[in-house]
Amino acid sequence: MSAAPAALAVRGLSAGYGPVTALHEVTFSAGRGRITAVLGANGAGKTTLLRTLSGLHRARAGSVELHGRAVTGVPAEQMAGLGMAHVPEGRGVITELSVEENLRLGALGRGRGVRADKAGGRGANDLDRAYALFPVLADRRRAAAGTLSGGERQMLVLARALMARPQLLLLDEPSLGLAPRIVAQIFALVRDLVREEGLSVLLVEQNARSALSVADRGVVLDLGRVVADEDADVLARDDQLRHAYLGF
Amino acid sequence: MQQLLNTSLVGLTLGFVYAAFALALVLVWRSTRVVNFAQAPMAMVTTFVALVVIEGGASWWLGLAAALASGLVLGAVLERAVVRPVQGGSQINAVILTLGLFIVLHALAAVVFGNRYRSFPAPFGIRGLEVGDRTVALTPTGVFTIVAVLVVMALLVALFRFTDLGLRMRAAAFNREVARLLGVRVGRMLTLGWALASLVGSLAGVLIASGSLVHPGFMDSVVVFGFVAAVLGGLDSPVGSVVGGLVLGLSLSFVSGYVGSQLVPLAALLILVLVLLVRPGGLFSTTTARQV
Repeated sequence: MSAAPAALAVRGLSAGYGPVTALHEVTFSAGRGRITAVLGANGAGKTTLLRTLSGLHRARAGSVELHGRAVTGVPAEQMAGLGMAHVPEGRGVITELSVEENLRLGALGRGRGVRADKAGGRGANDLDRAYALFPVLADRRRAAAGTLSGGERQMLVLARALMARPQLLLLDEPSLGLAPRIVAQIFALVRDLVREEGLSVLLVEQNARSALSVADRGVVLDLGRVVADEDADVLARDDQLRHAYLGF
Repeated sequence: MQQLLNTSLVGLTLGFVYAAFALALVLVWRSTRVVNFAQAPMAMVTTFVALVVIEGGASWWLGLAAALASGLVLGAVLERAVVRPVQGGSQINAVILTLGLFIVLHALAAVVFGNRYRSFPAPFGIRGLEVGDRTVALTPTGVFTIVAVLVVMALLVALFRFTDLGLRMRAAAFNREVARLLGVRVGRMLTLGWALASLVGSLAGVLIASGSLVHPGFMDSVVVFGFVAAVLGGLDSPVGSVVGGLVLGLSLSFVSGYVGSQLVPLAALLILVLVLLVRPGGLFSTTTARQV
């Protein structure tokens, strides 16, 4: 590993809801320009981990560093400006807004307004780039986001997250409820973004097999504790771990 | 023919005021899911502020400006100080609080401004315009009322549809959590939503008062009509609230002109019950009831 700080360094992070502790002193890091998969069964604490990292949920203990900068306790609305984009589970499109309004909103996170009617500005370029990456969205730009299919919504939230030009992307269950062909398409796209733009990705997945096929590294959670933190191919070959926690 | 025309004109003018008031209710409902029963006394208080300014020797226009400015501040303060602390709990808490505010503002206004009728000047004439050799029931002040509401609505549409701030406000209203993740300061947007709603309510208050009498209870019937108009339009839709206001204004004017003015409140409630029975989502509902 190089001396540069990791994209994300989590140390001793604990969080919970009332009397329930969902995360027990979770420690791991996510490398720059890499895809780190967080795996585990339902209820392992994966979503709570992402919500705590992005400031939607308050940590009880521990620290979080984003590119070497302490961001523990920073509220969610400021994280976008610090280069972290969290794509929540269940798509997270704002159904009442149009496709283009969702995308414009994504760009506002960095404080640079995107005005679609002013051609040539940086914001307009970002919109063009989003439509080039996801031609499906270009065809539906005026449509209400609520009219999109599940796969199109996943593309929209991905495109919206990229509008903020994040350095670290937190993806929560992007494969949930999607056809295998679309899952493969989305994972391939994430892979390309990482390779071409140096984006770092923390990918939370219940679908361990697909996740490990694109990830560089895998962290396995069980009942809120880290039970494995290995290179992805090592995890995929570890029969015991696979049977015990990953279900394939 | 003459009566039909006049009844329609009166209804139209009233309808625009109800529309403005319904719009204020919808703005609050959309962003915070609270039916703000205190909207009427808030507008009453700011109308009294305008009256004090005007009686102090300033022009009607300065009075209007004072009402709008104090409306903006009052809305923001009430959201931050009174409504925000109970948000997150049961939705009924905030509604009960606005009912409490209704009573408190009423009592305070009676103490501060006096519990009697005072006349409020009009910006323009209050005699009917002359068309040919006939006088119709549309006064210059009535024309101004319609224009003022239209201008405010156009500005709101422009704000929500064409500006980044409007986009942030809509995002905060529709999906708080996603909006936060995208860097929207949701709390500020909700405060701004209440402030704008209160400003629109204040405009309605001054327009109703102009050329008429004010009193701590002078807006109370308007809250009922504004609420019926908002429900008619579907509570969630600003456009619906405007159409609802116009429909209600015209309907009530016809009831008053052709049936009897004492039946107006009854007719409003009848319309409310009918809408709730036949189309509970409002005239413009596209989706079936949505649980939030």
